[in-house]
Amino acid sequence: MIELLVTPFVEFAFMRRALLGVVLLSMSSCPVGVFLMLRRMSLAGDAMAHAILPGAATGFLLFGLAIVPMTIGGLIAGVLVALGAGAVSRLTVQKEDASMAAFYLISLAVGVLIVSLRGSSVDLMHVLFGSVLALNDEALTLIAGISIATLAALLLLWRGLIAECLDPLFLRSVSGIGPLVHFVFLGLVVLNLVGGFQALGTLLSVGLMMLPAAAARFWTARVDTMCLLAVAIGIASSTAGLLLSYHFTLPSGPAIILSAGLVYFVSILFGARGIVRVLLTRHRHRTA
Amino acid sequence: MAMTDASLTFSDLTLGYGSHPAVHHLSGPVGRGSLTAVVGPNGSGKSTLMKGIVGIIKPMAGAVKTAPGQRLAYLPQQSEIDRSFPARVVDLVGLGLWPKRGLLGRYDSQDREDLRHALDAVGLAGFEHRPIDTLSGGQLQRALFARVLVQKADLILLDEPFNAIDAKTTADLIALIRHWHGERRTVLVVVHDLELVREHFPETLVLARRAIAWGRTDEVMRPDILARARRFDEAWHDDAPWCAGHGPQAGHDHAGARSAPVAAAAERGRSA
Repeated sequence: MIELLVTPFVEFAFMRRALLGVVLLSMSSCPVGVFLMLRRMSLAGDAMAHAILPGAATGFLLFGLAIVPMTIGGLIAGVLVALGAGAVSRLTVQKEDASMAAFYLISLAVGVLIVSLRGSSVDLMHVLFGSVLALNDEALTLIAGISIATLAALLLLWRGLIAECLDPLFLRSVSGIGPLVHFVFLGLVVLNLVGGFQALGTLLSVGLMMLPAAAARFWTARVDTMCLLAVAIGIASSTAGLLLSYHFTLPSGPAIILSAGLVYFVSILFGARGIVRVLLTRHRHRTA
Repeated sequence: MAMTDASLTFSDLTLGYGSHPAVHHLSGPVGRGSLTAVVGPNGSGKSTLMKGIVGIIKPMAGAVKTAPGQRLAYLPQQSEIDRSFPARVVDLVGLGLWPKRGLLGRYDSQDREDLRHALDAVGLAGFEHRPIDTLSGGQLQRALFARVLVQKADLILLDEPFNAIDAKTTADLIALIRHWHGERRTVLVVVHDLELVREHFPETLVLARRAIAWGRTDEVMRPDILARARRFDEAWHDDAPWCAGHGPQAGHDHAGARSAPVAAAAERGRSA
């Protein structure tokens, strides 16, 4: 048993690198996912994942399959879309869901167009789905940097994020920090999706962000606990996904996300606030 | 003019949406430590005035001047509180520590004591760890008053705080407001219940886009003035003429806003 779980990581450097990559990624993108979910922006993560495609594709078009230009490109595209959508929602009557949809759809079309200018569909597959088993030093350094920066920003802005989620109008009445918190947070979303796309691709990196968060919601009613739990679920599903991928020769990205998906379904059913618990306690009540 | 005694001064303040004013050329001081009811029919600009004071809506013309160094607490009519957010009562009330602690300041034992005391004062002792999605409407309103308490503000704006609140809770909250008044905090409350106004509020502003009357409650709450406010036409007219001047000396009708009680209030402001 232990052999099945440990040997792949002991024997193969690429497995160790992959593990380090997804653990670092889980530590930062899972708490970001918790706040996205609590702000009812779960699908915004998905939109942003699409939005970074043209930037990554431009980097790819100009420099080939190289991590740094593709990351910087993705970052620029993501920030542009986040700022554009955020500005439209704050300055006009349109709400953020609509402006975000408009911006990311345009961005996605541009991205597909750019990729088709050069690459074959294999290249497109790589950009869309990543390759966690081929993380080089550059990619790992980048992910580590993103992880540390994200955790630092989350700790600094924690109180502001809570206030902006819980009662934005109140925050506006006591402080002008609300918009800053919102945009920095959107920046963190982009940063973590970009960090994840080398490992999991632009489309699946949002899965590692949202699924552990969505699962953690069924276990606790405290935000801090929820973030820690999401990280734990993220790390566990990443490890499980890598092992499944190794033993059954499955593609690693989907194996990781599906492991998180399994945790999500188990949480819906058996979580502290899950279906079974609610059914069992429905007919019991106290006198006051 | 005894400007130092004004907590808040409106000068020719016009607030609105699009090109349509919701508050039209409002001028006058709100005395420091005063307790004022803002009354008027629906759509008469009461909430807009509150938002204008907070700064959420920028003036189309004129200005609101708050005395420097004042802390402001604002309880909106329609809060944007996300009741499904996983927060406890103490987290919600704890937001009131923001002016003191900001983004990074640590809460100390005094802060925790203040929170406990505030919950005690609104009758929510023991509710600290209740999730906010389990509170009733009245309990939530009590919690929000506790947050105002924690803010220790000098200027307190409450927009229809007694909506859908039962008599017991209303009485408790009124007692808190009177307590604030006793502590010389400036309080403005949008109220619909005129009996409450007559009983508890020394000063009243009758608003119907412009100020119909503003002064001592017993002078302002006269049948003829209230009837005038009721006749107010809240509709916007796209063919309404453009308001020509923006100065107080502009050539359009300000007769209503310059009625006797306002003059009396201004007189008192000077003598205070």
